[in-house]
Amino acid sequence: MTAYIIRRLIYGVFVLLGVNVLTFALFFFVNSPDDMARAQLGSKRVTAEAVAKWKHERGYDKPLFLNEKASGSGRLTETVFFDKSIRLFAFQFGASDQGRNIGYDISTRMWPSLAVQVPAFVIGLAVYITFALLMAFFRGTYIDFWGVVLCVLMMSISALFYIIGGQFVFGKLWNLVPISGYDAGFDAIKFLALPVLIGVISGIGGNARWYRTIFLEEINKDYVRTARAKGLSETRVLFRHVLQNAMIPILTGVVVVIPLLFMGALITESFFGIPGLGSYTIDAISQQDFAIVRAMVFLGSVLYIIGLILTDISYTLVDPRVRFS
Amino acid sequence: MMPFVFEWLWSDLLVWLLVAVVVGLVFYTRAHPHLRAPWARVGRSSSGMAAATVLAVFVVIGLLDSVHYRAALPPQGGKVAYATEVSSLLDLGLVALRATREKTYSAPLATHLYAKETVQSADGRETRVFPRLRHGGAHLADPETDWARDVATRAFRGLALALVLWLMAAIAICAVRSRRTGAGIESAWRDIWQGRSAVPWRAVLYALGLLCVIIGPVVALAPHYHVLGTDKVGQDVLYQSLKSIRTGLVIGTLATMVMLPFALVLGVMAGYLKGWVDDAIQYLYTTLSSIPGVLLIAAAVLMMQVYIEINSSLFPTTEIRADVRLLALCVILGVTSWTGLCRLLRGEALKLREMEYIQAAHAFGVSHWRIMMRHLMPNVMHIVMIALVMDFSGLVLAEAVLSYVGVGVDPSMISFGTMINSARLEMAREPMVWWSLAAAFMFMLTLVLSANLFADAVRDAFDPRLIIAGGRP
Repeated sequence: MTAYIIRRLIYGVFVLLGVNVLTFALFFFVNSPDDMARAQLGSKRVTAEAVAKWKHERGYDKPLFLNEKASGSGRLTETVFFDKSIRLFAFQFGASDQGRNIGYDISTRMWPSLAVQVPAFVIGLAVYITFALLMAFFRGTYIDFWGVVLCVLMMSISALFYIIGGQFVFGKLWNLVPISGYDAGFDAIKFLALPVLIGVISGIGGNARWYRTIFLEEINKDYVRTARAKGLSETRVLFRHVLQNAMIPILTGVVVVIPLLFMGALITESFFGIPGLGSYTIDAISQQDFAIVRAMVFLGSVLYIIGLILTDISYTLVDPRVRFS
Repeated sequence: MMPFVFEWLWSDLLVWLLVAVVVGLVFYTRAHPHLRAPWARVGRSSSGMAAATVLAVFVVIGLLDSVHYRAALPPQGGKVAYATEVSSLLDLGLVALRATREKTYSAPLATHLYAKETVQSADGRETRVFPRLRHGGAHLADPETDWARDVATRAFRGLALALVLWLMAAIAICAVRSRRTGAGIESAWRDIWQGRSAVPWRAVLYALGLLCVIIGPVVALAPHYHVLGTDKVGQDVLYQSLKSIRTGLVIGTLATMVMLPFALVLGVMAGYLKGWVDDAIQYLYTTLSSIPGVLLIAAAVLMMQVYIEINSSLFPTTEIRADVRLLALCVILGVTSWTGLCRLLRGEALKLREMEYIQAAHAFGVSHWRIMMRHLMPNVMHIVMIALVMDFSGLVLAEAVLSYVGVGVDPSMISFGTMINSARLEMAREPMVWWSLAAAFMFMLTLVLSANLFADAVRDAFDPRLIIAGGRP
């Protein structure tokens, strides 16, 4: 097991290296740093000095891969690739194009993101599975039919409309919660209630239907028939047998997103004015701050790989048959 | 002298290429019973056929909007010049909506602007009034008394005409059916309405009827009113909604199409050849899928934006620029959604390579390449088909979110995303402006919902696991 995890970790490092090469190519070959400087500085009549200054301030004036002028290990380390890409492995995110410390920003902004994402994730999972079990229990009846119709209808609505509609109904019409904003400590609850609620509701359609499919696939298996033949009640069959055996496909989809909760929800945070990593990313995109986008790409990939490894570990916890060698 | 020149944008060409491929596939499928069978199953699904009817209307609108031209200007000194503005066939049909700009917001079917304006009366006094619209209800002498009756009569006339057309369509369907079965028209009519026809024509007719009830009055009212109101700059919202359809359809279809060949070839190769090829391909798609989709799209679109800005001489008009950006978005969306399909295909190929018929082909000395092309590809096509239709609605929804984030389509291109983006602050206005959002919501919901229902029907028909298990799971 340990050897397996170590192997996966090494593979993960290689994947990250691939991600870095890819983003590096995207950010430094599709457009040269000169192009970016010109795009950032605005007008077309930018002096060469201004471009050089912009590049120097942000460390883009070094050679890309090999520094001929430096000596020793400096030949490799005094380059854009090392500065902007390899340093990420040590979580040294450096400064953004606007000069802010990205590492500090991330460490302060991840808490509001988690405050929205974790409750939404936990409550959401409980709601979706309950709803799906309900439909599976009443399968073939009108409850199941209309449940599925409701799911398909709900998953056909864009997330943007859930947010706009929720803000309108709860914030403006009923005046229950502030429309947007954020506060530290316990006061945050009144700001968090609506984003969490909307996060849960907007996911019901797709998720409940997905879990229902998983449950129904299990229900058609032989062990369920055996369990019923033993005389077990339908609820007991559903909760003791089907739910446990459906854990593997559920975990496959669920565990991998847990680390990604750090990244925040892009549109939710920006609509509700929550100072998390999601709105941080959106701001970076709209200000064309490439350093932040690069850092977030790296962070997202790291978290995804951690999620994949966690998924494998969770398999061994729920299913004693799974052994990795 | 030609009164116009065609202006084929890149996305137009790809759309029509796609249409040609689909038509070709239809003929190919018709000739092969084993390919026809799953589509016949799709044809027997009520919800699927009703959804297909609605989708067909969207597709027709989208295709009309994919033939662009530039009209000739009045001749000056014998030289023929063409307008710089690119229009489409749809614009030609909607000229009544396109040309009638108001000053600013006006509510659906309104005769007056939504905002007060200071007007100087004849005796020099200034008063604050809601001014009349330039086009909406301009033919009414006294809107106060005439408006309700005018709207009602026009809507009723449109409805009546639409219902007559619907009845004719219903009778035509019955006539075709009675010719096929040899029974009389009345028995065909009874069969259909009692749900005894193999193809659920009743569902199709219900869907058509619903469409007629909505489209008829709208068509009758549109030349004289802004049926869905106007937006901030006074543009007709109905026009914007209709133009958004093409953007949604292009993204929904082309994004999966561009990367489909890669996914297909790489997925089958990985599963069949195994070994280092498998490792390399797995590494490739793990790397790509480990980058959060939105960020990869954002990074690529930002780079594309800079590239277009720096090399603006390559893209002379705003239409071409917007079009290139749309295609780039399709490619990037394809790259992010490609990995899932590739993984599925690899799994299927891994399973199929152990089947007897593949082993037999191998034993006969058939080359690897030929085995993959002749024996594996046709047998994974159902997965491709399911993935294609299932991805569509997700992509249409993704476009709206991406355009909101600012990495979607060009801001000058009308799409659901840009409509929502420009309208999202209107809910906070006092008094509230709701019609832009409502229109985008209704059009998007209809498109995505019918795509989802159709996708379900296709999945049920093509997935062999479900067929063996006996229908729906």
